[in-house]
Amino acid sequence: MEHQERQQVLVLYLASSALDSPVIGWSIYDGSSIETPQTGLESESPYVSGLAALRDGWRLIQASPLISHPVGQEFRTDYLKYEFFFERWSTPRARSGS
Amino acid sequence: MIKLNSQQMAKFVAEGYLRFDGVVPRALNEQLLARFQSVDPSHHGNLRDYYHEAVDQRVLPIGASGLPLDQVFDDEPLFYALLAVPEIEGAICSLLGEAPRFDHHFLHVTLTPETRTRMQLPAAAQHNHQDSTIDPDLAFDIQLFYFPQAVTEAMGGTRFLPGSHLRTVSEAAIARYQNIVGQQHVVCPAGSVFIFHKGLWHGGGLNTSQMMRYLYKIRLAPGGSQVRQWDTSDLAPIDDRQGPTFWREAGGGSVVQQILMRPQPWFEYDVGRLELINRIKLWRYLLGDPAADVDYWLTRLERPQLIDRGASL
Repeated sequence: MEHQERQQVLVLYLASSALDSPVIGWSIYDGSSIETPQTGLESESPYVSGLAALRDGWRLIQASPLISHPVGQEFRTDYLKYEFFFERWSTPRARSGS
Repeated sequence: MIKLNSQQMAKFVAEGYLRFDGVVPRALNEQLLARFQSVDPSHHGNLRDYYHEAVDQRVLPIGASGLPLDQVFDDEPLFYALLAVPEIEGAICSLLGEAPRFDHHFLHVTLTPETRTRMQLPAAAQHNHQDSTIDPDLAFDIQLFYFPQAVTEAMGGTRFLPGSHLRTVSEAAIARYQNIVGQQHVVCPAGSVFIFHKGLWHGGGLNTSQMMRYLYKIRLAPGGSQVRQWDTSDLAPIDDRQGPTFWREAGGGSVVQQILMRPQPWFEYDVGRLELINRIKLWRYLLGDPAADVDYWLTRLERPQLIDRGASL
């Protein structure tokens, strides 16, 4: 029997390595939906912190490690530093008949 | 020309962009828009065919990268006039100095839903990205984003993230960042020009209107010194003076210093401080002053080492 549920992925970017710090960025990829993911269309984060997502049933599956700063590169800034991946499972929507 | 003042330069250093709303005269907007629309994407089956014809028809002139800017548009009075708008010419000169060089230009067309569907393109906004490639140099190019039409929210104006320009990333590696607190979208009157630092994170929006949205983008590089090329007559001694740090009255420091130290809402707590340090490094570069500082961020790190004073370890 085919596995019916699909993975939903929530990525939260936080202001620090603490899961209870504020969200500064977010992304959602929903395997249960046929909607095209969009960039830049939301002004409100779905959660105020990583902890709020946990309390709503999301499971943390990956967190950015804390990495020491290479000599000579201490002040370089690049990617969003505190990235947390969450998942949950959902029954597909808009797939009637499949 | 109308050069930038020091507060505008400080804003560019801190936020990575400047906007000039409606500075291009209406007649010039109409002439340039007609030029851009002279090849119609809705008459083509896919984007590649459209761009082939647009290039063949010289909707934009073809110019070699690296040429002095004043040699690129000799026979193109419309483009010459665009870059000679006093506010635009002054901003280019203020940021790049004299004799800037042409890097490249491009016509970005954000399609209507009907044309997008017919071309079988996804109804999705462009991912966030940083243009060109990894480029950690303090010397910087600028990119002019010229909108000949009024851009409404529905037309999917360019999205950008103020203050992201000093982050060294690799082009589309940031594509999975869908939303960031503080992101902005271009909504502007006809004839507006946005000037982005080379590193500013951005992406095209999704056009849900019934009008094609046209964006003419041109990238320019410095041809010489970028030091103190703006109108520095408003720089005051207080702009260089180090005041109290942390424990001080609200609103301390000059306006230029306040602009330089204004954080973005998306900065991580610790990385935000590094952003301020990197802004001061860029400000030093533009001032030609290796000792300039605000809020003691770099001076603190530049204290003499005991080993330099003859101490043994």
